[in-house]
Amino acid sequence: MNPRLYPLAATIAIFLVAWVICVLQFPYMLSTRVVGNLLTDNAYLGIVAVGMTIVILSGGIDLSVGSVIAFAGVFISVMLRDSGLHPLVVFALLLVLTTAFGAAMGWLIHTLAMPPFIVTLAGMFLARGLAYMLTIDSVPINHGFYKFLNDAYWLMPGKGRLTLIGVVMLLTVAVGMVVAHRTKFGASVLALGGGEATARLMGVRVGATTVAIYAFSGFMAGLAGIVFSIYTSSGYPLATVGTELTAIAAVVIGGTLLTGGAGFVFGTLIGVLTMGLIQTFIVFDGTLSSWWTKIIIGILLLSFILLQKGLMRLSTVGQRA
Amino acid sequence: MTALLRITPQLLTLAALMAMVTLFFPGFLKIEFVDGRLVGPVMDILKRGAPVGLLAVGMTLVIATRGIDLSVGTVVAITGAVTAWAITNGYGLGGALVLALAAGAVAGIWNGCLVAIAGIQPIVATLILMTSGRGIAQLVTEGRILTFSHDGLAFFGSGDLLGIPVPALIWLATAIGVTLLMRRTALGLLVEAVGVNRAASALAGVNATVLLIAVYVASGLCAALAGIIATADIRGADANNAGLWLELDAILAVVIGGNSLLGGRFSIAAALLGALIIQTIDTGILLAGFPSEYNLVIKAALVLVILVLQSPNLAGHWYALRRTFGRQPAATTATAKGAKQ
Amino acid sequence: MLLTIRSLTKTFPGTRALDGVDFDLAAGEIHALLGENGAGKSTLIKCLTGAYARDAGKISLDGQTVSPKSTSEAQELGIGTVYQEVNLLANLTVAQNLTFGREPTRFGMVDGRAQRQQAEAMLEGYGLDIDVSRDLSTYSVAVRQIVAIARAVALSGKVLILDEPTASLDSREVETLFGVMRKLRDQGMGMIFVSHFLDQVFSLTDRVTVLRNGRKITTERTADLDRVRLIEHMLGHTLENEVAGHRKADHGLPRSELLRFEDFGRRGHIEPFNLSVGEGEVLGLAGLLGSGRTESAELMFGVASAHSGSAQDKSGAIDLSSPRAAIAAGFGFAPEERKADGIVADLSVRENIALAMQARRGWARPISRSEQTRLAQDYIARLDIRTSGPDQVVGDLSGGNQQKVVLARWLAMNPRFLILDEPTRGIDVGAHAEILRLIDEVTKEGMSILVISSELDELIAVANRVIVVRDRRHVAELTGSEITTETIVRAIAAPEQGEDAA
Repeated sequence: MNPRLYPLAATIAIFLVAWVICVLQFPYMLSTRVVGNLLTDNAYLGIVAVGMTIVILSGGIDLSVGSVIAFAGVFISVMLRDSGLHPLVVFALLLVLTTAFGAAMGWLIHTLAMPPFIVTLAGMFLARGLAYMLTIDSVPINHGFYKFLNDAYWLMPGKGRLTLIGVVMLLTVAVGMVVAHRTKFGASVLALGGGEATARLMGVRVGATTVAIYAFSGFMAGLAGIVFSIYTSSGYPLATVGTELTAIAAVVIGGTLLTGGAGFVFGTLIGVLTMGLIQTFIVFDGTLSSWWTKIIIGILLLSFILLQKGLMRLSTVGQRA
Repeated sequence: MTALLRITPQLLTLAALMAMVTLFFPGFLKIEFVDGRLVGPVMDILKRGAPVGLLAVGMTLVIATRGIDLSVGTVVAITGAVTAWAITNGYGLGGALVLALAAGAVAGIWNGCLVAIAGIQPIVATLILMTSGRGIAQLVTEGRILTFSHDGLAFFGSGDLLGIPVPALIWLATAIGVTLLMRRTALGLLVEAVGVNRAASALAGVNATVLLIAVYVASGLCAALAGIIATADIRGADANNAGLWLELDAILAVVIGGNSLLGGRFSIAAALLGALIIQTIDTGILLAGFPSEYNLVIKAALVLVILVLQSPNLAGHWYALRRTFGRQPAATTATAKGAKQ
Repeated sequence: MLLTIRSLTKTFPGTRALDGVDFDLAAGEIHALLGENGAGKSTLIKCLTGAYARDAGKISLDGQTVSPKSTSEAQELGIGTVYQEVNLLANLTVAQNLTFGREPTRFGMVDGRAQRQQAEAMLEGYGLDIDVSRDLSTYSVAVRQIVAIARAVALSGKVLILDEPTASLDSREVETLFGVMRKLRDQGMGMIFVSHFLDQVFSLTDRVTVLRNGRKITTERTADLDRVRLIEHMLGHTLENEVAGHRKADHGLPRSELLRFEDFGRRGHIEPFNLSVGEGEVLGLAGLLGSGRTESAELMFGVASAHSGSAQDKSGAIDLSSPRAAIAAGFGFAPEERKADGIVADLSVRENIALAMQARRGWARPISRSEQTRLAQDYIARLDIRTSGPDQVVGDLSGGNQQKVVLARWLAMNPRFLILDEPTRGIDVGAHAEILRLIDEVTKEGMSILVISSELDELIAVANRVIVVRDRRHVAELTGSEITTETIVRAIAAPEQGEDAA
């Protein structure tokens, strides 16, 4: 096997092992109901993690996405309450807004030569603040179209529901895979992650690529916001606090190097599902307290980071010999 | 003199902010002596700025070594939980303080070992404790908000000494103590050397591994102090919300203080001014009569303005502009360096 | 002429980096571009590749005037560049690197199979048999260098600039690279070759152009030049046999022993060796890159710990388990990678010089600023470090002066045993001679020095004894009149000779 696939293989192996352990304990976890719920519950996270994967592959980071999701929910619910526009029109408006927001952050990162960490941190404050300015309450969404969206699912054998938002997430992952691994843009992203100076020498248009990367992440955060608003049927400015961290954790558990330059969008999906699996297991168990989720995710993160470290050391030793 | 020159931009920013708040809220600078203590918005800022200020002290050292400590916010939660747990379980004030500081030190050793010995990138290494730390804090408080009534401990959050709020005294003392420790010994130079070039420093005989662990321990201890203050202030430990996002404010404070995220030269005084700038924005927005919903947006906007003003690229453009218009070709080294980048 | 440059001028604030330089490159020619550091070589290359805009002058390619504004524009015009290090992206596959920017697509997506085929076609004729779907990072520097050339040739195809391409290659790899270059020359490529290695210039190039202080000094056929005249051109004055002819007068004198390494070795780094170091002695360590030279030094300084053997001085065994332990034992080490392992670039000259001393004293006993300044001024004068003062940032100094700062750091410690790994690499000829003179000076005061160098002339000039390293073993030891280019080369090359001397 090509060594570049090792981290991805490890991610998949850990997911499968975790699932087998779960199933041995609770055979019901093999059912399509659990699978369907896993996809539905983590749909927004999976979508935003795809955007985050692209950003991290380029060697950047986007701390604003959690706030952008909350803003999206509030924007949609307030617009639907006050304007009478059709949800699809609101969705389109929102995606334009969040994409432009991401693009603006990318532009600042490039033109000011400021670290993405700091710029997207300001973006995080800004998006959350804008959400507050729209409303400070939880605003329910009662539009008929939302009911339709919520009821749209395919009943899998075994009565599991493959919901629309679950499908949207899977499609997003597929799009992300194509963008990252099968387009010239994806090659430029990886090149940036490998080193900006060299990427520039090889003809990457660094500025345009940086803007596009953060615009992509902004778009995905907006899409995740739409999905989250469908999932919760409401908008709340305090929602999804810390989602950026969960997304980053999913990306790393998915085998992407947090320093950029190497990784797989498919791995991110597995990372998201692994984290969802842990949560499901703790819910099934009933005796374990919810905080164990955080601790186990921390342990998983640690083992992945150490694994990657080990793999890198192995490959450099191999090169020396 | 050079030290004063170094913090001039931060001082000017702070002064401008304070002037702006005073415009909207004329009583801003007023300090009164009531019931044996000083009261007024400025004292309030000094008190409320304590957690971020304390974290910024430790964060400055970590950033000087080209690192970052994302876990300090959760360490505030952990140490706060430990403090409350110890006091409710009869360990007494001394025991609670010692246990909290020990917990902060352990967190620092954990981070430091991951960075210095396992060789993991700091942002990644500290992310682990950042994601799992609140789980540990909840483990300590067993998921509840752990309240206590102990006047001795509460003194650390809301007491006064010589008319000055105790939290303000704690962060001032910590900052002065750490600055003296860095500048009166060779630690400051060694930290900067490791931050600029760890390999070369190690070959020159600097014990880089121990030094790196030490700065993360310092950061953990500062977080523990902040955790004690936060818990003492509300007389309870809230594992979910204590110290939430404070690491971001602390990093912002260090950056507004003009410290490079790429390590090397550092100024604790400038980072503290950064913390005060952030707290002045927070408090000022409320005092100036803006609805609190606007707080984050205004903060983000101000942060962006400050970042733009400090951007190395902007310094380069400025230098180029001055050159184009042929005025004063002799630029300072700082701007010349910016132009090269 | 393929490429003609006329009266090229480029000015930076305070300096005129290029001053009316003329340069010609014919198709099917390898043209060496030589000069000391700061002579204008890299400025000339940057003007050619579009990284800098020229102030005046004319560049024409195939008779057409060109003014590339970016590297990619230069590439499209036909001017490709291969640098020493930053060339390609190690985190991408070989195929991705080769086809980057021109990926074959199908329905808007990159066609992986076509991409691999295209990459394999590009590598044809370069004598590489590698899997193009693997990450570039899994291959050696030499392979990466050739991949970079293949990419540059395919992209540009007229002019190829090679900037110090051999700096991190061993001699076999250099030969492979030269084979590729000769082949390209036969195909009609014009190549500009920048190198510090004069041997390589003589064995490879057709013509030589020398720059000095931003001016062109001469362009001559390589075959018509000899070494001394070339160095004269580069230096601008006649070389006073300081480098080439300087021989220690006291070769072979009996010395009292300072240190003894017995059966000292580490698996995978260097086979156990025995070595005795005399007081005031200069030991040379000769061998090819990767032969175990640097590994020997790193072992002696505790950068890697020994698996076997011991080190002793008169009073018994010494602990060399870490650099700190080695420093405590009176050792010093100026590493090969000056920028990565030597200087602390953002700190001042003063702080860099005081660093090791401060580390030894411990953090609690700071060296006062005035003491540091005095120390720095002392060494700035003694080593003739060209700096605006003790508080100048070291990163802004030239390579030679940075090396002197590292030397000053160690001399301030007054070590008994100082290891210098390639102390003169990449520095100009003037500083080169000064550093050799310095070695001579401090050994007269009793310090012992181990010099690792790729330049045999240098070893012959300074060393009392030369150890030859091959295949991670110390294979020969030469003293006194045995130290000649011929004996060293023979020991490096031939396994059956010189073995008994080890």
